[in-house]
Amino acid sequence: MTAPLLEVKDLTMHFPIRSRGIIPRTVGHVKAVDGVSFTINAGQALGLVGESGSGKSTTGRLITRLYEPTSGQILFEGTDIARSSARELKPLRRDIQMIFQDPYTSLNPRHTVGEIIGAPLEIHKLVPKEGRLRRIQELLEIVGLNPEHYNRYPHEFSGGQRQRIGIARALTMSPKLLVADEPVSALDVSIQAQIINLMKDLQREMNIAFLFIAHDLAIVRHFCPQVAVMYLGKIVENAPREELYSNPKHAYTQSLLSAVPDMRQAVVGGRRERIRYTHDVEASAASTAANTAAAQPSA
Amino acid sequence: MTRPFLSVENLVVHFPTSDGIVRATDGLSYTLEPGKTLGIVGESGSGKSVSSSAILGLHRNTSAQVSGQIWLDGEDLLSLSDKEMQQRRGKDVAMIFQDPLSALHPYYTIGNQVAEAYRVHNDVSKKAARTRTIEMLDRVGIPNPQLRVDDYPHQFSGGMRQRAMIAMALINDPELLIADEPTTALDVTVQAQILDLLQDLQREFNTALIMITHDLGVIAEVADDVLVMYAGRAVEYGSTRQLLTAPAMPYTLGLIQSVPDLSSDVNEPLRPIPGNPPSLLDPPRGCAFAPRCTFKHLVDPPNLPDEVMPELEEIAPGHLRRCHLKEHDLSKLIPLAAEKVEEPA
Amino acid sequence: MLAFIIRRILVGVVMVVVMIFVVFSLFFANGNPAINQCGRYCTPEKLAEITGLLGYDKSIPEQFGAFTAGLVVGRDFPVNDEYRQALIDNGFENRIIHCAAPCLGYSQSDQKTVNQLLVKAAGPTLSLAVVSFTIWIIFGVLIGVLAAVFKGRWLDRIVVGSTLVVYALPVFVIGTFFLQYVAIKWQLYPYPRFEPLREPADILPWLTGILLPALTLALFFMAAYVRYTRAFVLESLSEDYIRTARAKGLPERTVLFKHGLRAALTPLVTLAGLDFASLLAGAIITESVFNYQGMGALAVKANNNQDLPVLIGLVIVGATAVIVMNIIVDILYAYIDPRVRVSK
Repeated sequence: MTAPLLEVKDLTMHFPIRSRGIIPRTVGHVKAVDGVSFTINAGQALGLVGESGSGKSTTGRLITRLYEPTSGQILFEGTDIARSSARELKPLRRDIQMIFQDPYTSLNPRHTVGEIIGAPLEIHKLVPKEGRLRRIQELLEIVGLNPEHYNRYPHEFSGGQRQRIGIARALTMSPKLLVADEPVSALDVSIQAQIINLMKDLQREMNIAFLFIAHDLAIVRHFCPQVAVMYLGKIVENAPREELYSNPKHAYTQSLLSAVPDMRQAVVGGRRERIRYTHDVEASAASTAANTAAAQPSA
Repeated sequence: MTRPFLSVENLVVHFPTSDGIVRATDGLSYTLEPGKTLGIVGESGSGKSVSSSAILGLHRNTSAQVSGQIWLDGEDLLSLSDKEMQQRRGKDVAMIFQDPLSALHPYYTIGNQVAEAYRVHNDVSKKAARTRTIEMLDRVGIPNPQLRVDDYPHQFSGGMRQRAMIAMALINDPELLIADEPTTALDVTVQAQILDLLQDLQREFNTALIMITHDLGVIAEVADDVLVMYAGRAVEYGSTRQLLTAPAMPYTLGLIQSVPDLSSDVNEPLRPIPGNPPSLLDPPRGCAFAPRCTFKHLVDPPNLPDEVMPELEEIAPGHLRRCHLKEHDLSKLIPLAAEKVEEPA
Repeated sequence: MLAFIIRRILVGVVMVVVMIFVVFSLFFANGNPAINQCGRYCTPEKLAEITGLLGYDKSIPEQFGAFTAGLVVGRDFPVNDEYRQALIDNGFENRIIHCAAPCLGYSQSDQKTVNQLLVKAAGPTLSLAVVSFTIWIIFGVLIGVLAAVFKGRWLDRIVVGSTLVVYALPVFVIGTFFLQYVAIKWQLYPYPRFEPLREPADILPWLTGILLPALTLALFFMAAYVRYTRAFVLESLSEDYIRTARAKGLPERTVLFKHGLRAALTPLVTLAGLDFASLLAGAIITESVFNYQGMGALAVKANNNQDLPVLIGLVIVGATAVIVMNIIVDILYAYIDPRVRVSK
């Protein structure tokens, strides 16, 4: 029985709330991530769904160590990286990479596509200079772009193509784990499917594990055999997809699923029954989201 | 024959730019009756938002060139003077927008902005406007409206903000409400609440509702009829049930196939529509969708889609589509679909 | 909101204290101030007089201590105890200068306390600052709004072009033009002379006297503010809430002024506050052209005489003005933009 690629144990991230009195004091904490545990095996995709304020994006950033967790363990290939220093993390950055949501703002508009994709090659110096261009062109081809376009700038590409560039950049160092934070939400519907298919192919061919963070339950279901549902910083349910979608156990999961607009409704007609989750989802999620946003270090 | 309540006829909206003329909408026509919901589906560049903004006259005094007719309750809105249109805007026809955070002024309270919508069309005192505002905020489901009326937009959650926008739009009992992607920026549970709210209010006030969205699930839940737009034109129109169960135009079919839902087969790859939407600066001469169509090769003569723009024709009562294919039932053609579509250079 | 204000004021006070210390250190880093002030025709007696009068022979921390003590409780000059004793012994007690708090020092060349000099110079400087500020804000914002509304049309093009030209013209060119041509040669305007404002009856002569130099300064800033306002209003008009305002059926002027301009105010307020503060420290060139004895002229004279106490006093006043204006701007900003006020 092989060890899991990523094992997260009791991960917490508390952002301090500073009072705005005459002398600012820490009056409390926003528990953005409050004791989260899950595992991901090599080559496997885990979906993380939730609404705003659930903590799913913060979790993704903790895994890639863009933040340092308040407590808990992040075991990558057996080593706890939760409190590693920047120097210790550097070789790990090859193995864990992130794909971001907005293809329009996550690429530096002043760099050519070749520079963007080649940046990790420069930083980690594993590939000699002569080989870099070839690797860049290889990557462009893998993601379905024209390898001759490495000298173009991001604004010369469409949204879907830019997202492909972002994916190529993440693949440069052949990572073992990709954290995809809402990778298709900002794209047109017909393009979303292209990117999802691409990621699925890459996962299969390169045996990459995924942490797929999204709010779109249908897309997550399509991509991930295992899905975890987050609510107010905690995982309320974590199950294989067939089970979660056909037989959800937690009331919040049930209310989420009943809210997803369904094309089959057109055939059935009328309005569907919505399951209301009694905890005031909106109010507490809103205050969590607002506090998280206000309390985060300049992110 | 009486005209329908809302009748958009041959609407054309062009924007002259330094790169050329952007043909945002060309020859768009559709109708709507009170109490009914028309869903307009399209992606970016389809012209769905631009054409709907034309109904409100938001293109007046800009560089846009607008022509055609928009009949609302017996009046052609495009023929009205600016002042007459301004009097109808927000009163007879209202609009709610996608992102309620940026759509509301951050420096004024919600109460101020909602009451403003009421006072510009009704000669009432500030006090009366405030009372009506609180009434509307309550009607749209905002708890403690008498307290929250003095809060600022950033103090509301996303769903509450959108409710406030709906209150603002409906405060004058408009006959037509246009909702431009009203739930795209919201969480799914909140989206469901907002859609339910809109439907309740529509039932209560018998408002005609245009729901613009790219989400076919929302269309399925809310719309009676659907208009599918591509590259500035209507490409299919019919009842929701008809279009979603048996689409007659390859783009509609492509949209339906490319979106997974909660019951689709996870082992099958999604079927995206290959390629990218066309530029509106230089639209193709023939069928705008042809470069991406997997059924193109089934058309006879083979060069027809590239040369000639198909007309919008009625293939069944109330079902129109714009396509060169002879076959209406696309499910028969699916096995014949091309595997790959040649990408334009 | 109150906590916000109090906190800003406390921080401001701390900044003033730190700034005084920094200013003090900077000036003393430039060699022995007594020698610099003594000037070209220095004699040992004169040097001793200056040193004893102003206490330059003490150590720097001692001098700083005496200076801050003077700010709080006032101090006496000459600093040197023996000199003071000598004056008392010889019956010249009335020659001891009692400088009341907050004492900024004593000017040996002018034989007055720095405070007295500053008060006298404040009149022209304040008048100049207030009048030119009023002119440039009112006209700058109005013209900027017009340019934004008519963007691309001939009005806008004229405005954009002319502001560039005006901004490029040096202040002394504009000032000299007003003085030499408008006032003197063409006799279009009475010769500008500063008339102090002490009672309401003085208003008209005061305004007449200050208008030309105020206009000189105002033109320069107006050019900038027209462009700022135009840019901020254009940016504000492209925001989504403007579309919402129009969709509600608001008349265009309400959209423009209530919704569009208000959003442009915040950056304008920030800029205006800082620019006004810089004027409070004195407009050297304008005062020089029109020969107004404001703080700018005082600074030039003090620099020529190497009159250190005056220079220190001027810097402190100027820096304090900036700090105070910063606080005011912050408070105004929070008033205009409710998002900044967020407490809890």
